[in-house]
Amino acid sequence: MTALSRHAPRAAFRLDPTKLLPAAIVAALALPVMPALAQTSTPAASSISAADTAWMTVATALVLMMTIPGLALFYGGMVRKKNVLATMAQSLAAVALISILWVVYGYSFAFVGDGSWIGTLDRALLAGLDIDGVSPLAKTIPEALFALYQMTFAVITVALVAGAVADRLRFSAYLVFSICWFTLVYVPLAHWVWGGGFLAQAGVIDFAGGLVVHLSAGTAGLVAALVMGNRRGYGQDNLAPYDLSLAIIGTGLLWVGWFGFNGGSALQTGSRAVMAILATHLAACAGALTWTFIEWLTRRKPSVLGMISGAVAGLGTITPASGFVAPWHGIVIGVIAGAVCFWACTSLKQRFNYDDSLDVFGIHGIGGALGTILAGVFATAAIGGSSGLLEGNTRLILNQLYGVAVTFVWTGGMTFILLKIADALVPLRVSIEHELEGLDLTQHGEALQ
Amino acid sequence: MKLIVAIIKPFKLDEVRQALTAIGVHGMTVTEVKGYGRQKGHTEIYRGAEYVVNFLPKLRIEIAVSTELADRAVEAITAGARTGQIGDGKIFVTPLDHALRIRTGETDSDAL
Repeated sequence: MTALSRHAPRAAFRLDPTKLLPAAIVAALALPVMPALAQTSTPAASSISAADTAWMTVATALVLMMTIPGLALFYGGMVRKKNVLATMAQSLAAVALISILWVVYGYSFAFVGDGSWIGTLDRALLAGLDIDGVSPLAKTIPEALFALYQMTFAVITVALVAGAVADRLRFSAYLVFSICWFTLVYVPLAHWVWGGGFLAQAGVIDFAGGLVVHLSAGTAGLVAALVMGNRRGYGQDNLAPYDLSLAIIGTGLLWVGWFGFNGGSALQTGSRAVMAILATHLAACAGALTWTFIEWLTRRKPSVLGMISGAVAGLGTITPASGFVAPWHGIVIGVIAGAVCFWACTSLKQRFNYDDSLDVFGIHGIGGALGTILAGVFATAAIGGSSGLLEGNTRLILNQLYGVAVTFVWTGGMTFILLKIADALVPLRVSIEHELEGLDLTQHGEALQ
Repeated sequence: MKLIVAIIKPFKLDEVRQALTAIGVHGMTVTEVKGYGRQKGHTEIYRGAEYVVNFLPKLRIEIAVSTELADRAVEAITAGARTGQIGDGKIFVTPLDHALRIRTGETDSDAL
């Protein structure tokens, strides 16, 4: 197998005794799955670990929780009252639609086979998936769990994109675009970076999705906002959020869920997963504080929206680096994330006058690219087996820049083409009357009272 | 009879209600409204986007009283609603031609 960006160096942690404690805690939390484990781990030849399976089951649930209800609340709370349900519907629909597509062909194309460009259809509809079978990419958990875990990443990436064009995207167009984008952007990227494709072979590291999830969603969001145009009244009318308390609850769920997102990307329990979680949490804290204080100094008040924006910026930015960097690097990365994403969401967006409504590019796109590059600076051999600039390796940061460039160009170009195709099938944007009336009523026939 | 309409700051409602009860006004209608006067609006900032909010939330109180009670009612509302800060609100007094209690059919001062 080629050098796999996520877990190639994991063997170094196999015998770590500290693995036992988190494993025990996770096992206790996951009691309902224990009977199933008893069966799958019985055969002597199987490499499946009960502890790894328990942790990855929990991590899978945590990542699904990030989309529903996490992202649904985070996004839903930031739009106007007339669009809350429509915005939440996008997250819900992504879960239902992408999960099915993932099983039908997504998983197989992304994670099965050794091709540089795309996987195979050997696992289409999960054909040939044995109850005790494992993927070569995660040998200590059942392949079914590996596929399920990766499914939750595909779901949230698609759901993230829609925030950039909130308040104006037609629901049917969202479904058509999501199917196309998942198939031609997400699945290939996941294969290139995590499935042994050409970016992994080139030595690009992306622990939990700085490129595959955040930069791709952010870039797609930017292109979608540019193609669809600004909301009516953007820059003039009051487009203030309906209920930021929903967004705060959503942020809390995202933050906690991120422990499974980054911690689970070790694909097993143990020290590296714990180090990833620690760096993740610290980056979120540092991002929240940084954004808050910059806003306090430059805009007079420390807004709650600023706090949660900074936290999510820190989380998105640490994502590719977690599992490769030391905990204190998480604080540094969080501070940089808070400052740079604040600049992107305020100055950059205003200067170019694009209406990235919920700042998908400003937070996830910029954060994902930034974190991928910073992983090339801070990567620590003792944590993840890769050395970055600080340890004297100049090669890694060049690999990372290559990864960012490929992801940006592929995602940007494909998204543009797919939006045009989708627009030819179903108009992307609702009519002016419907936009003014609100998407809840016009798209779904419901409304908040 | 007089109809008194007062626009007040929302958090002063209970003091106004107590002051009116003390002088014998035993009913009122309250509506949540938005508006502006000299206080103008305020500015909200969301990720750098500044919105000037012109209409501020206020409460609109309506009471109907006998002509003799009107001046004291106005004083009571003023005492209860006043903070001395800009935005305390306004009181409007207008003549009231006729009143009727729906349940009993009583009219005018008997209906108040």
